[in-house]
Amino acid sequence: MSLSSADVQSIAHLARLSIEDQDIPEYARNLSDILNFVEQLGKVDTKGVDPMAHPLDMAQRLRVDEVSESDQRELFQSIAPATEAGLYLVPRVIE
Amino acid sequence: MEWETVIGLEIHAQLATKSKIFSGASTAYGAAPNTQACAVDLGLPGVLPVLNKDVVRMAVKFGLAIGAKVAPRSVFARKNYFYPDLPKGYQISQYELPVVEQGMLEIELEDGSTKNVGVTRAHLEEDAGKSMHEDFEGMSGIDLNRAGTPLLEIVSEPDLRSAKEAVAYMKKLHSLVRYLEICDGNMQEGSFRCDANVSVRPKGQKEFGTRAELKNLNSFRFVERAINIEVERQIDLLESGGTVVQETRLYDSVKNETRSMRTKEEANDYRYFPDPDLLPLDIEPAFIDQVRATLPELPDEKRRRFIDEYKLSVYDAGVLTSSREMADFFEAVVRESGGQAKMSANWVMGDFSGALNKDGLEIGDSPVTPTMLGQLLQRIADNTISGKIAKEVFEAMWNGEGMPDDIIEKRGLKQVTDTGAIEAMIDEVLAANPGQVEQYKGGKDKLLGFFVGQVMKLSKGKANPAQLNELLKKKLAE
Amino acid sequence: MYEKTLAELSAALRAGETSSVELTQTFLDRIERLNPDLNALITVTREQALADAKSADEMRAAGKAGPLTGIPLAHKDIFCTQGVRTSCGSRMLDNFIAPYNATVVEKLKAAGMVCVGKTNMDEFAMGSSNETSFYGPVRNPWDVQAVPGGSSGGSAAAVAARLVPVATGTDTGGSIRQPAALCGISGLKPTYGRVSRYGMIAFASSLDQGGPMGYSAEDLALMMNAMAGFDERDSTSVEREVPDYTADLGESLQGLKIGLPKEYFGEGLDSEVAKVVEAAVEEYRKLGAEVREISLPNTELAVPVYYVIAPAEASSNLSRYDGVRFGYRCENPVDLEDLYKRSRGEGFGPEVKRRIMVGTYALSAGYYDAYYLKAQQVRRMIRDDFTRALEEVDVIMGPTSPTVAFNLGERSDDPVQMYLSDVYTIAINLAGVPAMSIPAGFANGRPVGLQVIGNYFDEARLLNVGHQYQQVTDWHRRMPEQYA
Repeated sequence: MSLSSADVQSIAHLARLSIEDQDIPEYARNLSDILNFVEQLGKVDTKGVDPMAHPLDMAQRLRVDEVSESDQRELFQSIAPATEAGLYLVPRVIE
Repeated sequence: MEWETVIGLEIHAQLATKSKIFSGASTAYGAAPNTQACAVDLGLPGVLPVLNKDVVRMAVKFGLAIGAKVAPRSVFARKNYFYPDLPKGYQISQYELPVVEQGMLEIELEDGSTKNVGVTRAHLEEDAGKSMHEDFEGMSGIDLNRAGTPLLEIVSEPDLRSAKEAVAYMKKLHSLVRYLEICDGNMQEGSFRCDANVSVRPKGQKEFGTRAELKNLNSFRFVERAINIEVERQIDLLESGGTVVQETRLYDSVKNETRSMRTKEEANDYRYFPDPDLLPLDIEPAFIDQVRATLPELPDEKRRRFIDEYKLSVYDAGVLTSSREMADFFEAVVRESGGQAKMSANWVMGDFSGALNKDGLEIGDSPVTPTMLGQLLQRIADNTISGKIAKEVFEAMWNGEGMPDDIIEKRGLKQVTDTGAIEAMIDEVLAANPGQVEQYKGGKDKLLGFFVGQVMKLSKGKANPAQLNELLKKKLAE
Repeated sequence: MYEKTLAELSAALRAGETSSVELTQTFLDRIERLNPDLNALITVTREQALADAKSADEMRAAGKAGPLTGIPLAHKDIFCTQGVRTSCGSRMLDNFIAPYNATVVEKLKAAGMVCVGKTNMDEFAMGSSNETSFYGPVRNPWDVQAVPGGSSGGSAAAVAARLVPVATGTDTGGSIRQPAALCGISGLKPTYGRVSRYGMIAFASSLDQGGPMGYSAEDLALMMNAMAGFDERDSTSVEREVPDYTADLGESLQGLKIGLPKEYFGEGLDSEVAKVVEAAVEEYRKLGAEVREISLPNTELAVPVYYVIAPAEASSNLSRYDGVRFGYRCENPVDLEDLYKRSRGEGFGPEVKRRIMVGTYALSAGYYDAYYLKAQQVRRMIRDDFTRALEEVDVIMGPTSPTVAFNLGERSDDPVQMYLSDVYTIAINLAGVPAMSIPAGFANGRPVGLQVIGNYFDEARLLNVGHQYQQVTDWHRRMPEQYA
């Protein structure tokens, strides 16, 4: 697997990462190396093997439905880049 | 060419829990922005989700109510995309293994026939926050109070063939979730939302046409209008040689048109994968049994029972069971009235519903209780008042004047049943209208109504109509 | 005092030979003097530490002291500490003052420990050399030309240089054990689910596990007694009683069955390192253990599996850093996309971006089955290797790292070569079993770690195995000359 510059750009877009143009070839090379390295998995016979998502065979625990959190807006927004009237501000969302 | 419409609905029902699906923050509607967004809802670094038990209970309840399969093991996955109302950059949802699969909902069509609509799946997920577009100098404001509110997304099969069927299905579902007390159904507040997948195909063709997904259909009326307008658009497009593009379209209720939306993520590559912060959701048979024991009588069963037990028409039973509150109110009135089922049905659907509509009230806010209405119907049945007077008493009750007996007493509305008193009034009327008496006796039978009216007027409507009729005929025959 | 183990400091405090304030002051002074060259700590909370030390002394005076009361420690900067910057080694969180405490922080605070600061780390724990930190590399106290290992390199270096007696770390693919080995200290990665992940900034959720780093196995046991346990805020934490990890430290190793995986002693293992590990195994034979060769046949697949699963989970875990609610935000974004792309592009360093892109790619449409699903299947095969092996033997031993600490800059140009330095540690995270690294000697003047792997929830046995070795050897007491 060898990624082109265009591949790198489209992955970076999907991940919302700005990448400097001059860095693209190096990313392409590094990412291709990594993908080539992991591609050895393709040769492994995994027929009938269940995918393993968690190290432990446990089921989800359930929480009792009760309100346990109180308003901490002031604290949480004290570390926010931009707020107004209790809202987080972002460049205009167009729908 | 003749076209056939194919519609599938995706309904998002907010589950009526106290706290959020994965955090202990309140789900109450209408709080000041971001005061109900806790560390987990905000996706602060290091926080983790823990699943709310009631959310699972409600999903199971829904699954049982539509005769669906409740998955013994379901899995939460992450749906990855960037949007400011989505704090973590992914939505926790269920993808490959939903909690509920393969259910069925029976809807009634206008011609009185019924139709089974398949429910493909219902899965649990978290709601997103809201973007406020009022201008903060070119910025949008994000309120994350709604982020993490539990949603049950109910996906139908593409079984619906018209906007009317779609609305009937949606109404049925709306009624059901309220019956089950798993969703408050408040469409204004966004508790019950609908997206519609709409396509058309030449009649007789097996393959589906390309579909458009319609968003923002937040009332039954809009669903119907949006689907109709979209079907028209697609047919026009196809008939003029164009093709339908698979896309998301927003319904504009002001202009009554649908328009293409900028897609959230152009490539639409959500990179679903099992959420490693949550373990598989195992639902034991014992839990399902526990939930089954709490299932209320469902609308269809109730409707059948109303027809059997109260001898109601199919239509009346349908109206009275359209909501659990309405059905409960009706049954309470029947009880309080001493079993006057037909009369209870007429009054609940007639004057009572009319008064609610006029004042824009819900059943729970009604000033008239089943006890009051029941007593009123008893007074009609035992001839204390006539049906006509009863309307006056009802209005007085509605305006807070108390129990029917008190109103009848205070206003002196009791029917006159004393034969002597009625005879005296008849005599007075006949004496005052000798001409008419002559004509009646000469064969003009229709004048009987005139005499009844005159006596009623004299009695201020209180004379017992049956007695009056009988006595009047006897007098005139003398 | 600074050369003492946690257990010894605890005894000294109990005996009234020193106070927490005095102890805290000693370590703070060392930090002030020695940290500038090492760059092991990136935040020092002097005022708060002294105030907490004073409270600890008051607790002791009131007769309410436990074994950890008044002992200074440092937290890896991946643990959220309320009111204190929690950077995760990233520009992205350089301005992030955590509004809450991680469960681990809360528990150790409740045990009376005194936090003197936060340790440097690879950015978002992605690295094996501590060279990806936004705050610059950490130096290895044994040789400042060498890396300390990563990602908990700051914690390892701080303990090795006696800037703190113990520190917390996290281990996703070896991030506690490898730096512990390279810095000549002890470190334990507990069973997945044993220590709460709440408030520990996620790298790869199904692999991350917090654990203690210190001089001796006994110190790790004391720390584990306070760190381990069920947390209702973490769905993946296990509802299981926490044993007293110090209770079995003194047990004899007579008859202990040790397995040596042949795959851990093959090609790629530095011969000098091999000699040290073999000598350590010999020591265990003398202690009465039975040693046999075993096989973990899928070992070589662990690194490629890891480099699919970890980046995939990370790519999603790191989506929350978008410049909206906290953390770095680019200047004057022109629109939403610009806000996202530049905040993330400028806030993350190259290795983090690389891994996010690998993970994004592995999860994307058309590649999911070939990469992610496949990796999850092979993950199960790797797990089964351990399950089978641990039916035969009590513990598995081998080198923690194939080489001693390499020089700064030596491997930073070749990600795959860097990834291969975790070849012996990564499989353990994939399986979720506990493992420990303890100092076993030196090769070419740099420390070598012995890795001891156990069965699920068998931490007490690992600590016993480590402690018995440390009763007959003194590698864990060696100090780098410059810092002695």
